Amino acid sequence: MAQPILQVQGLHKSFGKLEVLAGINLEVQQGEVVVVIGPSGSGKSTLLRCINFLEVPTQGRILFKGEEVGQKDVGGKLVSLPERVLDQQRTRMGMVFQRFNLFPHMTALENVMEAPVQVRGLARGEAEALGMKLLTRVGLAEKARTYPPFLSGGQQQRVAIARALAMEPDVMLFDEPTSALDPELVGEVLQVMKDLAKSGMTMIVVTHEMGFAREVGHRVLFMDGGVVVEEGKPEQIFTAPQHPRTREFLSKVL
Amino acid sequence: MESFLGYSIKILPFLLKGMQQTLILTAASATFGTLLGLLLALARIAPARFVRTVAGGYVTIFRGTPLMLQILFIWGALPEIGIVLPDTACVIIALSMNAGAYIAEIIRAAIQSIDRGQMEAARSLGMSYGLAMRRVILPQTFRRLLPPMVNELAALTKDTSLAMVVGIVELLKASQQQQSQSFRPAETYVWTALGYLLVTITLMSLANRFEKKLEARG
Repeated sequence: MAQPILQVQGLHKSFGKLEVLAGINLEVQQGEVVVVIGPSGSGKSTLLRCINFLEVPTQGRILFKGEEVGQKDVGGKLVSLPERVLDQQRTRMGMVFQRFNLFPHMTALENVMEAPVQVRGLARGEAEALGMKLLTRVGLAEKARTYPPFLSGGQQQRVAIARALAMEPDVMLFDEPTSALDPELVGEVLQVMKDLAKSGMTMIVVTHEMGFAREVGHRVLFMDGGVVVEEGKPEQIFTAPQHPRTREFLSKVL
Repeated sequence: MESFLGYSIKILPFLLKGMQQTLILTAASATFGTLLGLLLALARIAPARFVRTVAGGYVTIFRGTPLMLQILFIWGALPEIGIVLPDTACVIIALSMNAGAYIAEIIRAAIQSIDRGQMEAARSLGMSYGLAMRRVILPQTFRRLLPPMVNELAALTKDTSLAMVVGIVELLKASQQQQSQSFRPAETYVWTALGYLLVTITLMSLANRFEKKLEARG
C-alpha cells in the first residue's frame, strides 16, 4: 500500500480531567471515505477537530502526507509549529461544520472566494470563476449573490462545502454535516457528499446518517468512550458487528 | 434690560467660538479614542497572556479613576517630566486615553459575542488569526458596536466640557464667561444646552441611518 495520506498515532485529548480521546490510531488512504459513527460524547468530533488542529492534542501525532501537523516531537516533547506552517497545512484540509459557520456578512459567492483571494492570493476574477464553478457543482449557482441568512440550512451547508473545496484540499473533514438540518434538507447535502466521494476525494465523515455510512463509506469506525471500538467494511459493521457495544449502538439507531 | 433676542445675538459669536473648540476636542478624541480602543480590545483577547494583562491593567486604571483627575494629571504632570504640550493637546490625550478604555470594553464584548464557529471556520480555511479577525470577525461586530458606541461618543462630547478646568474656552467655559458678565444664566445656558444637543443629536441620527443601511443588507 502507498503511504497513507493521513495518519493518527496514539492520539489523546483531555479537557481538564475529562479524557475525550484515549488513544486513537487511524490511517486513511488517498481517495478513501472513512465514516466515523458512535454515540454522542464518544469523541468523534474531537478526533476530527484534532486532525486539523482546531483542538490541540494532549498527546500523540497527526501526520498529513507524512508531515507532522501543528506540533513536532522534539526529543520527546511536543513543540508547536509556527502558526504560518499550521495555516499552510490547514489549507490542504477542508472542514465542514455541523452549524455551517458561513460568514453572514458575505454573499454565498464571497464566502467561497474569500480564502482563495486572501490566503491563496488568487485574483478576484479567477476566484470568482472558481467560486461559480463550485457553486454550480453544489447546485447553487443561482444563489451566488444571496446572503447566508436568506438560504435554507441545506443550501448553507452546500455553500460551506463549496467554500471548503475552494482551497482545493487533499482531504475533506465533515463534522456531523447534516445534524443541524431539518429532515427534508438532509438528502441534498448527502447527495453533494456522495458526488464528492465518487470524484475520488479523501473524506472523513462524522455522521449519524447510517444509510450514508453504508452506501458511501469504504470503511466505518465505531467509536465509544474515546477509543475506536470496532472498524471494518460497512457491510461487516452493519450486518455482523463483533463488539457488543457496536451491536447495542446499532440496535438503537437502525 | 436687553431683550432675549438682543442678548442672544450679542453672546452667540462667543458661544460659537467655544463650540468650535468643543467640536475639535470631540472629533480628535473620538478618532484617537476609537483607534486606541480597537488596539486595546485586540490586546485584551490576545493569545499572549502578558499582552492581556497589560491591556487589562490599563482599562482598570482609566475606568477606575475620575476623568477630571486624568486631565489634570496629564496637563500638570507631563511638564514635570519635560514634555510640554499645548493645553488642547493635553486634554485630547486625556480624553482619548479615557475613551479608549471604555471603547476597548465595548469592542471586546462585541468580538466575544460573535459565534466561536466563525473564527474556527476562518482558521480551518488557512486564514491566520489576524486575517480572520480583520476579514471575518470585526466586520460582523459593526452592527452590535453601533448602539454602545453612540452612547460612548455622546458621553465623550459632553465630557469635553471638563477641558475648562485647564483653561480651555470651549462651549461651557465660553457660556460661563458670558453669564458671569451678564448675570443672565438661564438664557445663556439654554443656548449652551442647545449647542451640545446639536452635536449629540447629529451623532445619533447618523448612527440611525448607518444602522438602517446595515440592516438592509440582511
